[in-house]
Amino acid sequence: MSVLSVRDLGIEYQTTGGGVPAVRGVDLEVDRGEVLGLAGESGCGKSTIAGAILRLLPVKTRITGRIELDGNDILELTPGKLRAVRWTAGSIVFQGAMHAMNPVQRIGEQIMEPILVHGQSGEREARIRAGTLLEQVGLPTRRLDDYPHELSGGQKQRIMIAMALACSPSLIVADEPTTALDVMVQAQVLQLLRTLQHDLGLALLFITHDLSVLVEVADRLAIMYAGKIVEQGGAEAVFHSPAHPYTKALAAAFPAIGDMRFRGRPSGLGGDPPDPQQIPSGCPFHPRCAEVTPACSSVTPELWTAGPARLAACVHVSGAPALEGVSR
Amino acid sequence: MSDPQPEPDVAELGVPVVEVERLEVNFKGRVGFFAGLLGRKGSDAKAVDGVSITLHEGEVLALAGESGCGKTTTARAIMGLLIPDAGTIRYRGEPLARSRRGLRGYRRQVQMVFQDPTAALNPRQTIYEIVAEGLRIHGVPGGPDAKTEDELVARALSRAGLRPPERFYLLYPHELSGGQRQRVVIAGALVVDPSVIVADEPVSNLDASVRGEILALLMKLREEFRISILIVTHDLGLAWTVADRVAVMYLGRVVEVGPAEEVLQRPKHPYTKALLNVVPEAGGTERPILQGEPPDPTRIPKGCRFHPRCPVVASGRAERIGILNRCVGEDLALEELAPGHDVACYLTGLGEEP
Ligand SMILES: Nc1ncnc2c1ncn2[C@@H]1O[C@H](COP(=O)(O)OP(=O)(O)O)[C@@H](O)[C@H]1O
Ligand SMILES: Nc1ncnc2c1ncn2[C@@H]1O[C@H](COP(=O)(O)OP(=O)(O)O)[C@@H](O)[C@H]1O
Ligand code: SF4
Ligand code: SF4
Ligand SMILES: [Mg+2]
Ligand SMILES: [Mg+2]
Repeated sequence: MSVLSVRDLGIEYQTTGGGVPAVRGVDLEVDRGEVLGLAGESGCGKSTIAGAILRLLPVKTRITGRIELDGNDILELTPGKLRAVRWTAGSIVFQGAMHAMNPVQRIGEQIMEPILVHGQSGEREARIRAGTLLEQVGLPTRRLDDYPHELSGGQKQRIMIAMALACSPSLIVADEPTTALDVMVQAQVLQLLRTLQHDLGLALLFITHDLSVLVEVADRLAIMYAGKIVEQGGAEAVFHSPAHPYTKALAAAFPAIGDMRFRGRPSGLGGDPPDPQQIPSGCPFHPRCAEVTPACSSVTPELWTAGPARLAACVHVSGAPALEGVSR
Repeated sequence: MSDPQPEPDVAELGVPVVEVERLEVNFKGRVGFFAGLLGRKGSDAKAVDGVSITLHEGEVLALAGESGCGKTTTARAIMGLLIPDAGTIRYRGEPLARSRRGLRGYRRQVQMVFQDPTAALNPRQTIYEIVAEGLRIHGVPGGPDAKTEDELVARALSRAGLRPPERFYLLYPHELSGGQRQRVVIAGALVVDPSVIVADEPVSNLDASVRGEILALLMKLREEFRISILIVTHDLGLAWTVADRVAVMYLGRVVEVGPAEEVLQRPKHPYTKALLNVVPEAGGTERPILQGEPPDPTRIPKGCRFHPRCPVVASGRAERIGILNRCVGEDLALEELAPGHDVACYLTGLGEEP
């Protein structure tokens, strides 16, 4: 059963410089016990989707489509209902969240807060629960009495994970949860997230620009470009045999050690991701694409079948309609 | 006498350009604001504690390790941006001067590229002014094929891949993408025709997709102008794509150094192996991850400084093979394992793998 179901999601920020269409028709599905990885360059709309799922975007933002989280129609909820859904149905761990901690409040009190507000439990039980949560994220219970400055970056991120788990949500959205951490600490936090997700049967939407991290944690991958999903499928398959030229370029940024094709030859994508207010016509990737065809600036690819359990929005994939001058 | 030992392949390495020998840098004890309120005193941090590395002409040397192990401090000492507490740094055989004036010529030869291009660029200067700054400090080189400032700025921008250069002259940093900004930083380094570039995590702040292009640019500079590059990185996958040699640092020391193929594919130090274990890999079979926080340079353990976290010690193997006492009690230096491949670990003396 799907915990999160996103249908034809469109999100447009309203600014003095006009509307910013950051998300342009996205479908996503995350099942119980499943990890969906969402990857793409910065600015492609990943955090905007995360924000929409828990309705954390600026009030003026225009959101269309449908988001269903744990049976709740998120876009239709009243403010009161919405508050209940945050933390209990879904919670979010984001990059730099550790800087969002209250510096003068003890760790324990910060973890207890959502439990007291949403968990319908008393002070005593909440404290016990907070202690259990700390142990779950690999920290000793005595840390409850610490202040944030007494913790390292990795420990703070563990606390943020404990807080996200506090009200036993069905979905956790992790938005670049390890990006600012040191390599070794990053690996530790990833390992923790994976273990928790597995043991608790959580649905996890894991967002990052670092595709290599996702191959390790995700079951399925969705690759995003300019506000749209451009490829989707099993994590290993997408990473190892990408169908979309954009995914190919992203995957090439993470060569395996020992792969002689990349020895002395770093490879990357030229150009820059488009400004959401000036999205190129046709396939939005065409100005940077290594496999561009004459049709690409006029045809807008949809997520066509690109193999078993694989979709890709590119004119070259097997499920694309026949087009003049395009080989598949 | 038996057969002569095969000569180490020094010819391939080129002449030494920068030689760092037994470098030490200490930072006076500092305390955080809160700890200060509680009356705690900080102890001195031995950020760099005996680092020796050599950068050869036209080579790319990667300096790798966890955060806090002293990579940036080593890089800053090489740049002459801080005065070492001990050790020497030589440039083409000459020890670095300690005065500002004495360092001037050197500072032109050795240019730095920092991690965060946004912080490195003055937001109120145009790209032209930013790139021309090096020339204004070091002077426009004269000589028979002398060029004007304008020509040199254009050449540097275009070598850094910002073409046509004139299009960028009057732009401000905020009008460029992250990748373009890092190219501007590189152009600012190139404009004075350096022979060495020290790049401290030059792509960590960039999107993974554009990292390759910046790295490819650095490789091109090495090829075309024989610029020697010291690249500081925590990412061994990156080292695989660009580096000829890799030096792995742990807590202020180099613990393994050698050809990239060797160090990255057949690591001989348990710490190198642990760092390789955290390079994400598809279908990653569960590889043991080193636990604990990055180590603290104010409290350097006795013996091998890695011993409190070393899996060989933790698993009991060090004891079984009889090196435990030395691991926990005797400090050790790098030893040559094979020509050009040095390791600081008691395992190698026994011919054991990490
Ligand atoms: N509050 C906002 N107002 C206007 N535009 C925004 C706002 N937040 C994000 N954007 C724009 O929306 C696009 C998507 O941003 P974001 O979702 O943060 O991307 P990602 O998380 O993939 O890096 C970007 O172009 C960004 O500049
Ligand atoms: N200016 C400074 N004052 C005090 N301590 C410093 C200073 N710069 C670095 N350190 C300390 O020295 C150690 C090495 O730091 P650094 O060279 O930046 O490591 P790396 O670049 O490998 O992350 C760290 O413990 C750091 O906290
Ligand atoms: S549709 Fe055309 S431009 Fe778009 S990814 Fe495919 S080949 Fe490239
Ligand atoms: S010397 Fe001993 S403690 Fe140090 S790395 Fe080798 S085995 Fe581990
Ligand atoms: Mg984001
Ligand atoms: Mg550093």
